Amino acid sequence: MSTTHPTNTSASALRNLSLWFAVSALLCLFIIDIDISTTDPWAELGLMTAGALSPSVWSWPTLISSLANTFAFALQGVTFGAIGGFCLALGYRFTLVRAFCAFIRSIHELFWALLFMQVAGLSSLTGLLAIAIPYAGTLAKIYGELFEEVDPAAANNLPRSGRNLSYFFYTVLPLAWRSMASYTSYRVECAIRSSAILGFVGLPTLGFHLETALSDGNYSEAAAFFYALLLLIGSLRLWLHLRLLPVYLIAVFYYLPPQATISWQLLVRFVSEDIVPTPLRGQSLYSGETLNSVGHWFNLLWQQQIWPGLINTLLLGQISLVFTGLLALALLPLNSSLFISRGRFMGRGRLLSGWTRGAGDSILILLRSLPEYLLAFVGLLILGPSMLPAILALGIHNGAIIGHLLGRYTDEINLRVDASRGATLYFYEVLPRIYRQFLAFLFYRWEVILRETAILGILGIATLGFYIDSAFETFRFDVALLLILVSAALNMAVDQFARYLRRRLQLKTTPESL
Amino acid sequence: MLSDRISHRPLFQFSDQTLHYQGRTVLDRLSLSIVAGERVALVGGSGVGKSTLLKALREQLPDQVAWCPQQPGLVPMLSTFHNIYMGALDNHSLLYNLANLIKPLPAARSAVEPIAKLLGLEQQLFSSTDKLSGGQQQRTSIGRALIQKRAIFLGDEPVANVDEYQGDALLQLICQRHQTVVLALHDIAQALSTCTRIIGLKDGAIVLDAPSNQLQASDLADLYGAS
Repeated sequence: MSTTHPTNTSASALRNLSLWFAVSALLCLFIIDIDISTTDPWAELGLMTAGALSPSVWSWPTLISSLANTFAFALQGVTFGAIGGFCLALGYRFTLVRAFCAFIRSIHELFWALLFMQVAGLSSLTGLLAIAIPYAGTLAKIYGELFEEVDPAAANNLPRSGRNLSYFFYTVLPLAWRSMASYTSYRVECAIRSSAILGFVGLPTLGFHLETALSDGNYSEAAAFFYALLLLIGSLRLWLHLRLLPVYLIAVFYYLPPQATISWQLLVRFVSEDIVPTPLRGQSLYSGETLNSVGHWFNLLWQQQIWPGLINTLLLGQISLVFTGLLALALLPLNSSLFISRGRFMGRGRLLSGWTRGAGDSILILLRSLPEYLLAFVGLLILGPSMLPAILALGIHNGAIIGHLLGRYTDEINLRVDASRGATLYFYEVLPRIYRQFLAFLFYRWEVILRETAILGILGIATLGFYIDSAFETFRFDVALLLILVSAALNMAVDQFARYLRRRLQLKTTPESL
Repeated sequence: MLSDRISHRPLFQFSDQTLHYQGRTVLDRLSLSIVAGERVALVGGSGVGKSTLLKALREQLPDQVAWCPQQPGLVPMLSTFHNIYMGALDNHSLLYNLANLIKPLPAARSAVEPIAKLLGLEQQLFSSTDKLSGGQQQRTSIGRALIQKRAIFLGDEPVANVDEYQGDALLQLICQRHQTVVLALHDIAQALSTCTRIIGLKDGAIVLDAPSNQLQASDLADLYGAS
């Protein structure tokens, strides 16, 4: 007679959840279109490789000025974002403030830019606000959570365990400062990517020239702009120091003062008319007829744009999330001393392995530096219009970010001397230990992936962004705004769901540089 | 006489009260009163409820006590000066506190410096507290209590990390500056020489409560024995 023992391991809950995610992604794969529609993708890839190997600069002044613009928008945006985020973080314990932050960060930089462009044109103010507003929401969340996690002993030991601002500045801010500074400097890197991407909708940053060169097939020129972007991001560490920040700030505000010629007439029209649903314009709000036509208007939108956009965004987001996870797990050994160097070799061996680890991590950092929007754009040129380029772009960019962090995380694992090596080490010792952290990172990234999924619609993939972009192009701002709000609601809902999963699985909930 | 009147009105009072720590009953049906002017030592083995009792005392008069907990809760990246000054945040406006955080202001310095001198911290006044020794950190914590200029001092092993000689001097200083003092102490000799009243805790109850001049060190040894 045999008795069966029920499985009761901590890993099983995590395994079940992963299985559900994988199955759902597989199902999504059947539904969506991932065909390669170009006749000869290899030829296009060959041309691009040739271009990448022979970068050429057709105009140095253009390159330098677009590089300077990219940096200026990024630094100005993060500066205002950090100031705004800090103020919001002071009230982060209030639900209303948290909801407000979630709302402003759930709308992507590009959508903010498209909105501001309608009233402030292609101006420096548009670029600044497009970055500053969503970044304020993100930074408020990070700062707010950092403040909450500060060891309360310092504050509790003071008379009346005060809760006013003086106490905050003496007992909370100093303790959170270092993490805030390092996270904010990471956001500068992200902002440079955002800023470059704003060029795709017309602002004078690197993305503007990248798009032109890529669309025209001038891959050598595109390569020059691309390398300039990588160089800017890769060299940040070397020259963006806190002490020099005032100099850079003065420089960027002098070079590119945030200004725009706003026509008040236009602004008033935009707010009071353009973004009001068409059937409501100039009608009394309470008449049954108006309500009827609004219902009809919404119904039509729902069937033709909102529903298909939502579904496609969710499908693409789900596949990209799972693909991101798989890539992250595959890439993490590149930044892990457990796999690349054990540091136990003498002399040259150690030097060499230290070097290979550095090289491995540089690959991850390089992949991370590539803006997903640009990756998707290049992917579309090679593979033709389908969801495949979007999946690849989102997976590579986000997988590299998580892989990099996970690799660093494995360094904290203390293995026994007799631990196995290679694949056995990976699956038996490392993967079970990091899996919780892996899911935590992935769920943090979920909201970001979904927001990016929506934005890739601007490139022609039928997610919400596609319909938003079309609405802007046909000057139907009421539809554009409604769709932006729908995408914001979707992002917020997913963020909440991810938060619920993290709590339920008792995953680490502290903010990381994601 | 004025002092008589003060000394008969209890500052702290518990009648038949049960104190908990993290959901666990620590002191059961506690009855105790402490009047102004007393110098009380709480003695007993570890985990017997001295810290819980001190916390409960603090909650009774939060605005009148200077608090000196076992874990000093210093802000490690700020200077000794700022960590002491923190005790006086409520006496100044936000703007003043912020300016003082960026650059120590003269008035704040003249309030903190004498205290630092008394505590032997003048050399370390502008070093951050993560660079201080355990004893220096503890003295910083006492400094934070002293700057509050309150009548009552509640201290949880306030001199546990300094040597006996320094510890005696610090306890003298604390007693000079406060009318009423309640201390959790593990050093029996210090308890007897510093305080006027000894309260011994064991097994969730007060098992000894007597003036210190009627007690000898051997009377207290029982408190630490097996229960």
